Amino acid sequence: MASETAEPYLKIVGVTKKFGEFTALKDISLEVFEKEFVCFLGPSGCGKTTLLRAIAGLDIQTSGQVFQKGRDISDLPPSSRDFGIVFQSYALFPNLTVEKNVAYGLENQKVPQDRIKTRVAELLELVGLPDQGRKYPAQLSGGQQQRVALARALATEPGLLLLDEPLSALDAKVRARLRHEIKELQNQIGVTTIMVTHDQEEALTMADRIVVMNNGVIEQVGSPIDIYSHPASPFVADFIGTTNFIDAKLQTPTSAQIGNFEVSLSASPPDLSAGQDVTLCIRPEDVLTGSRVDGAPNQIELGIHHVEFLGSFHRLHTDPVSGDTSLMIDVSVARAREIDISVGSRIQVALPAEHMNVYPARG
Amino acid sequence: MSEAAANTAPIVKPKISRDDWIMRGAMILIALYLLICIAFPLYALLSKSFENAQGEFIGLKNYITYLTTPALSWSIGNSFKVTLMATVIVMFVAFIYAYALTRSCMPFKSLFKGIALVPILMPSLLPAIALVFFFGNQGIIKEWLFGAELYGPIGIVMGEVFYVFPHVMTIMLISMSLSDARLYEASEVLGASKIKTFFTVTLPSMRYGLVSAFFVAFTLIITDFGVPKVVGGQYNVLATDVYKQVVGRHDFQMGAVVSMALLIPAVFAFIADRIVQRKQVALLSARAVPFQPKPSKAFDRIMLAFCSLIGFIILSILAMAAFASVVKFWPYNLSLTTKHYNFKLMDGGGWDSYYNSIELATWTAIFGTAIVFFGAYLVEKSRGFQQGRTAMQALCMVPMAVPGLVLGLAYVFFFNSPDNPLNFLYHTMPILVICTITHFYTVAHLSAVTALKQMDPEFEAVSQSLKAPFYKTFWRVTVPVCTPAVLDISMYLFVNAMTTVSAVVFLYSSDTSLASVAVLNMDDAGDQSPAAAMGMMIVCTAAGVRLLHMILTRGIQSRTQAWRKR
Amino acid sequence: MNAGFSKFIKSATFGIAALGLFAAAPAKAVELTVYTAVEADELAGFKKAFESDNPGITINWIRDSTGIVTSKLMAEKDNPQADVVWGLAATSLMLLGNEGYFQGYAPKGLDKIDKKFYDTVNKAPQWVGQRAWIASVCYNTIEAKKANLPIPTDWTDLTKPVYKGHVIMPNPNSSGTGFLDVSSWMQMMGEDEAWKYMDALHENISRYTHSGSAPCKLAARGETAIGVSFAYRGAKSKSEGAPLEVIAPSPGVGWDLESFAIVHNTKKLDAAKKLADWSISETAMKMYNESYAVVSMVGKSKPVENFPAGIEGKMIQNDFAWAAKNRIRILDEWRKRYDSKSDPK
Repeated sequence: MASETAEPYLKIVGVTKKFGEFTALKDISLEVFEKEFVCFLGPSGCGKTTLLRAIAGLDIQTSGQVFQKGRDISDLPPSSRDFGIVFQSYALFPNLTVEKNVAYGLENQKVPQDRIKTRVAELLELVGLPDQGRKYPAQLSGGQQQRVALARALATEPGLLLLDEPLSALDAKVRARLRHEIKELQNQIGVTTIMVTHDQEEALTMADRIVVMNNGVIEQVGSPIDIYSHPASPFVADFIGTTNFIDAKLQTPTSAQIGNFEVSLSASPPDLSAGQDVTLCIRPEDVLTGSRVDGAPNQIELGIHHVEFLGSFHRLHTDPVSGDTSLMIDVSVARAREIDISVGSRIQVALPAEHMNVYPARG
Repeated sequence: MSEAAANTAPIVKPKISRDDWIMRGAMILIALYLLICIAFPLYALLSKSFENAQGEFIGLKNYITYLTTPALSWSIGNSFKVTLMATVIVMFVAFIYAYALTRSCMPFKSLFKGIALVPILMPSLLPAIALVFFFGNQGIIKEWLFGAELYGPIGIVMGEVFYVFPHVMTIMLISMSLSDARLYEASEVLGASKIKTFFTVTLPSMRYGLVSAFFVAFTLIITDFGVPKVVGGQYNVLATDVYKQVVGRHDFQMGAVVSMALLIPAVFAFIADRIVQRKQVALLSARAVPFQPKPSKAFDRIMLAFCSLIGFIILSILAMAAFASVVKFWPYNLSLTTKHYNFKLMDGGGWDSYYNSIELATWTAIFGTAIVFFGAYLVEKSRGFQQGRTAMQALCMVPMAVPGLVLGLAYVFFFNSPDNPLNFLYHTMPILVICTITHFYTVAHLSAVTALKQMDPEFEAVSQSLKAPFYKTFWRVTVPVCTPAVLDISMYLFVNAMTTVSAVVFLYSSDTSLASVAVLNMDDAGDQSPAAAMGMMIVCTAAGVRLLHMILTRGIQSRTQAWRKR
Repeated sequence: MNAGFSKFIKSATFGIAALGLFAAAPAKAVELTVYTAVEADELAGFKKAFESDNPGITINWIRDSTGIVTSKLMAEKDNPQADVVWGLAATSLMLLGNEGYFQGYAPKGLDKIDKKFYDTVNKAPQWVGQRAWIASVCYNTIEAKKANLPIPTDWTDLTKPVYKGHVIMPNPNSSGTGFLDVSSWMQMMGEDEAWKYMDALHENISRYTHSGSAPCKLAARGETAIGVSFAYRGAKSKSEGAPLEVIAPSPGVGWDLESFAIVHNTKKLDAAKKLADWSISETAMKMYNESYAVVSMVGKSKPVENFPAGIEGKMIQNDFAWAAKNRIRILDEWRKRYDSKSDPK
């Protein structure tokens, strides 16, 4: 794990990328530390792939700088940078065998033939395809192909591994398994890795740190837990996991008025003043129900008008607390046995102050 | 993080890698090649049309003379008349033929598809010679014209319809096979009649194909020179006028003027076609379901009868050409002989011209494929240098708009100028190779681009990350993966180099006389049987190469089955 | 350098080298580039005979039809590629001579050549004739019998209504033979009469061909009954078994000369002069006479099989200078009158 005091491995300073009139990246600055696994997460068109390609030198930024290990690589072509890359499409050379694909980069480094052989065998072993070397990519499954692509990218022992939506073309089961495997592999060899994804689950399970991006800017950088529990903006809160947005008016820094009742808050951002309209966010699983309500502050009674069964839990949609958006409450199957969650019944809930995040009111 | 800071930050000027330098250098070389081989000669042609015989600038005087000399300007009307007539007929016939191939359940479809392509293997002079044996004054079925004369518009229209049929049919076939079966199902469910479906679904869905076929046919016909040369009689058209001005009257300035008159409609038709093509691409939906015809006894029988008739006509023209080449002394001695294949005693350069043609076709296929494919690769796959690539792409499209005769004449003006350092190329095999490559550049370029577009765009990015120079990946990955397309391009270039007359008729020398030109000259001298014999040599060679191409493609496909998907 | 790139370089160099090879001329003895319109089957014999008489000089024939050779020469006016032009129509040579294309040279033995067969205007003749190429009419006996066409003996016969649609002649705008017909009619009849004659003839013509030999070949094949062409072609077709009569109509027939000239900028003048000398030698004349009945050396012409009898006597007094001078004017007028479909035939 990276230590915050160390010199960052990759440093991005004020990177802006314009495509004609359109600005795809706005003044991005970011640091990535050695051996870290960082995910760029965001909806499509947020600029995450553009940033990755700028780091790779495939689409060089309009302005701003990129440093790798202290070296300014801002204007260098990809071939002068040190990275391996894996694409969603695998981009395996179809007419070359798996071995030849993996060996492709080594050949260019003038590595002796026998050394290439052992290295290829080693890599195929590493990605769990020890006996598939003679096959062509088309004879492998999607998951296997992506492993080959990974082996090929790692063959030249790059200092930086770039993954561009590597799992998006795979089906759900394979994706889950490969997620785990890639993470393991990265831990094992300790290569600094940046992965672009639009899948929050992928980011949450794999990343050491997540960079949430939207509209060409970074919304938040932090550990998965940090980002999940303390989203820096309603956008992050909404994009990662599910959240309830509640319109309210700030009374004091630690209390707010929702409709006609008052709730206490643990804290609110210092730039908000009393009397201002705010948005409160609370995750459905953080709303207290059943016996856990007893004695908790911020209690409300709400009518249930719709229930979704989602396997391990039920999601209740209740009357709105304020405005016209209903509140979502997740109730585990176990807890659901002790309370009545039938449509039309009423339920006592509590909104714990420590799980409520306060933001300026949404436009 | 202020907006202002981002705006004032210094712009990053990407360093250009060695690969980029090589690619840009290569692209500039190819662009230079195209400039020298198409843009400069056309300019030379244009300026010639404003000069008098002494080379002085005289403004529009040549054009005024042209337009006020009825014997010349009438050809414009004649050209348009026969071209439109032949275009309409061929569209009609090709439409039904293609309709039968896509919308009926008649048997022998692939056979009919094959027969329809036969005319591609012939220089356009050959079907015209066959027409003479059918409908000429000694023709075996000349009564079928009811006393009308072959030589003139009738002959031209018949010959041109035959000549452009495969091209038009292929465009229609593609356009019809693109249509979406779901629309037909919807129409059927809504209870529309077959005829109504035809007018509301079939025709609208292929309107771009129809328009494109029209322009392609129009351009091919108005610029074709072989058919009117043989059966045009006294009916002057623009293409034969260019030839007559230059070869008959040595009036190069007027030749240049008529060339411009021929170039203008060709350019317009070309531009219209490009616009339409672009629209058709946008119209394509990836989710369309291919139409599967259902058997219908009566309809299938009518379609089979129609295709059989057309197929029979095509084959009998080929057969007549073959017969013409072996008949001893038409029409007085119909015994068979191979003496017409003894080209040594004939005008046109004898067997040498056949070997020259093979040589020309081979060089054209080799160099043409290399230049075209590599050029297309650079346009498609290089990084940055956007203006350069756009300019190059535009330059690649120009040759298609330029009729062969016009190109050939432009080459005479450009390459024979003593001030031109490339003058040494004049009258050599290389100039014929260069001219032929240029003449057929666009179609070859477009098929290379199509093949390259189907490749994963990230191959180049990956190979850069692996520090492989672009030419290594080009050689080890791009070329092997695109081998079928590369073969297609070289076959296209080979067959066209064998059959083309128009582009090279002003450029060959006696050392480099060509089979297709020999056909022209032998027919010109009245030796129609030897002309037909040489024509048959071309047909057989072209057919042989096609066969070889088929075998090669099959072989490659089965050898590379392991990695080539489907 | 890795294997892929060196392969790439190798094939590229090979390509450039191959392109270069084409252009490079083989270095051997003096090679004369000779443009000619003489029939292909005769050229090999001439080349062999000349080269054995003149060791160290080889001929590289650049052969094509009269029209094409002339336009090729014209196109190369600013930068002539030929050393000698040989066996090309005298009219064409005069046309080119007016552009300063040639240099005068009196070959050895010029005194034995008939004065009407070479350039007597210049002291050192710019061109010298080899053999005459004489207009004739090819008459297909079978087709004529079918259509009841009498044998024409005089040019004016061809304007008779009975021949309507049965006559083919070369287009003078593209064929040297066609032009010599027109020019001979003008010289025989006077210009106005000749136009009247051609107006009438035009009514009977079914087609004007691009080439001068085509009408006779078409007549040989029965594609037409009567083809206006030249004697050599007719005689040859007849010898090959075509049902033809070759006729030299009264009062006279046009003719042109297969002639040679030395190009002004040749770098191989000595060799060119040797060819010129040889071309009017007795050896050459004998060879010319094998297929052409009239050669330029006085008293050497012997009759050739199937040529119209007494054709030499029918040859008109041909004024080449007049023909060359008026060529474009006549052709323009001709084109205006006959070369457009506006005229219903």
